[in-house]
Amino acid sequence: MSSMIKLPRVRRRRQLNRSMAGNTVLFVIMGICGVFMAVPLVMIVNNALKPLDELFRYPPHIFVRNPSLDNFSDLYVLMSGSWVPFSRYILNTLIITGGGTIGHVLVASMAAYPLAKWEFPGKKLLFQTVVLSLMFSYTVTSIPNYMIISWLGINNTYLAVVLPAFAYGLGLYLMKQFMEQIPDQLIESARLDGAGELRIFFRIVMPNVKPAWLTLAIFQFQSMWGNTGSGFLRSEQLKPLQYALYQIVGGGVARQGAGAVVQLIIAAIPITIFIICQSNIIETMTTSGMKE
Amino acid sequence: MYRCRSCYAMLAPYFILFFIFTVLPVLTSVVLSFTNFNMLEKPDFVGWKNYIQLILDDDIFKKAFKNTIILAVITGPLSYMMCFLFAWIINEFHGKLRAFLTLIFYAPSITGNAFMVWSIIISGDRYGYLNGWLMKWAITYAPIQWMQTERYVLPILIVVQLWLSLGTGFLTFIAGLQTVDRTLYEAGAMDGIKNRWQELWYITLPSMKPQLMFGAVMQITQSFAVADISLNLAGNPSVNYAGATIVTHLMDYGSGTRYQMGYACAIATVLFALMVGTNQIVQKILRRVG
Repeated sequence: MSSMIKLPRVRRRRQLNRSMAGNTVLFVIMGICGVFMAVPLVMIVNNALKPLDELFRYPPHIFVRNPSLDNFSDLYVLMSGSWVPFSRYILNTLIITGGGTIGHVLVASMAAYPLAKWEFPGKKLLFQTVVLSLMFSYTVTSIPNYMIISWLGINNTYLAVVLPAFAYGLGLYLMKQFMEQIPDQLIESARLDGAGELRIFFRIVMPNVKPAWLTLAIFQFQSMWGNTGSGFLRSEQLKPLQYALYQIVGGGVARQGAGAVVQLIIAAIPITIFIICQSNIIETMTTSGMKE
Repeated sequence: MYRCRSCYAMLAPYFILFFIFTVLPVLTSVVLSFTNFNMLEKPDFVGWKNYIQLILDDDIFKKAFKNTIILAVITGPLSYMMCFLFAWIINEFHGKLRAFLTLIFYAPSITGNAFMVWSIIISGDRYGYLNGWLMKWAITYAPIQWMQTERYVLPILIVVQLWLSLGTGFLTFIAGLQTVDRTLYEAGAMDGIKNRWQELWYITLPSMKPQLMFGAVMQITQSFAVADISLNLAGNPSVNYAGATIVTHLMDYGSGTRYQMGYACAIATVLFALMVGTNQIVQKILRRVG
């Protein structure tokens, strides 16, 4: 009975200050833009299913008429014919994205904890420098980066791609903002129990900020997934999957079908991961604001 | 004291790497921009020569600079507003529909090179979707070579850039809107707020200031760094350099065939100053507002 009384009240609260006309205008804008955003994505899926004659037809249709899996089997044949075994490219991608993601989450969280919870000289300066680094993109430093990596002697190794990824700025920034929410008493009481700082970090801090490091892992995975390692990885045996896939697409008209499948694979993996972890990500982003 | 020692130990791995791969490159870039350097011989100091050449003699840089500014001035604010507008509308929805809408708008920014699908849409022959539709509806009678026609290149790049620009900033706004205190809206209604626009202006925006500032940083940095879509859709060099940006120009001199590293570093330093300068100014303005 009581729930029946509550129901209309909840509805009324949501309708606060909302007019029918306003709703209509905004939802129409939303609908048009949503279609604009979605059409290219729909095309990626449909193109992967189109037989070759449908990929080249006039006038073009977005939706596939006679879906077939020919393109997938084409891609499979092309893959098994490659000079370096395809499993090697997959392994490389796992090492690069996996290494870059795990390393970054660990190293950035470890540095974020003192920045969020302790007072020490230089704290403000360190954090300000990281914030400053968010204000320019990595292309700015690409040339000196190449020289530094050569000078360190890690050119043409996995490290050349993975190591710089450990120290991206966004991860540290997000972690620090999220960790500031952990109540001080929680850490204080662990300290009174005689736990060392590393132990506090792994046993108390990290389990409490699980949404944050999950988010960080996904963001980092996305940026590593887009990283083809071009410039640094010159040996064929070290190159990641994306590189090999793009080589296949580069083969001209006859490979358009396989190319469409490549597009689908490359787009589908990060999207799938985002779908699975969406609620955790949104929770983390609530703390991402810049305090003065 | 002991605590401090272990705290520096925890900071060390990140900040050592951060110094090597971010701070040091920026400093090196600034220093090298005042030299002549080809990677083989020792760099020799030439003063402001690179910058003078860049500003006075380099016509392609002028074009690239202009294109970058146009792209940034249009896609920066526009994508920032789009991020907020869509997040704000999505906030009216609940449950599965809300998650779905978030996904539709966010997905383009995370799909790596998915923007390559645009190359089929704007393909210059009649199999391209855009040409196909225009011809079917008899708006044009022959296929248009979109990316080979100078005046279409930049507008198309702007559209594609907007399509994939709803990234981290957008998620921040979605999340930020959820944190606005609901009771503020009820109190506002008592105090005479009559519609959603007043609600937005007097309650929502002021409550979201930290997220708005962070979102601005993300969108501004992104809007100055447009390069990949230009390289892949317009080609490099693009027709009459219509799609050249500072970043593509930088790549020409740096990782390209020219090996004029000193000059490339001067370009990088200009870009750095442009990005950081704009960000600082916008942060100052946003801090003032509200």
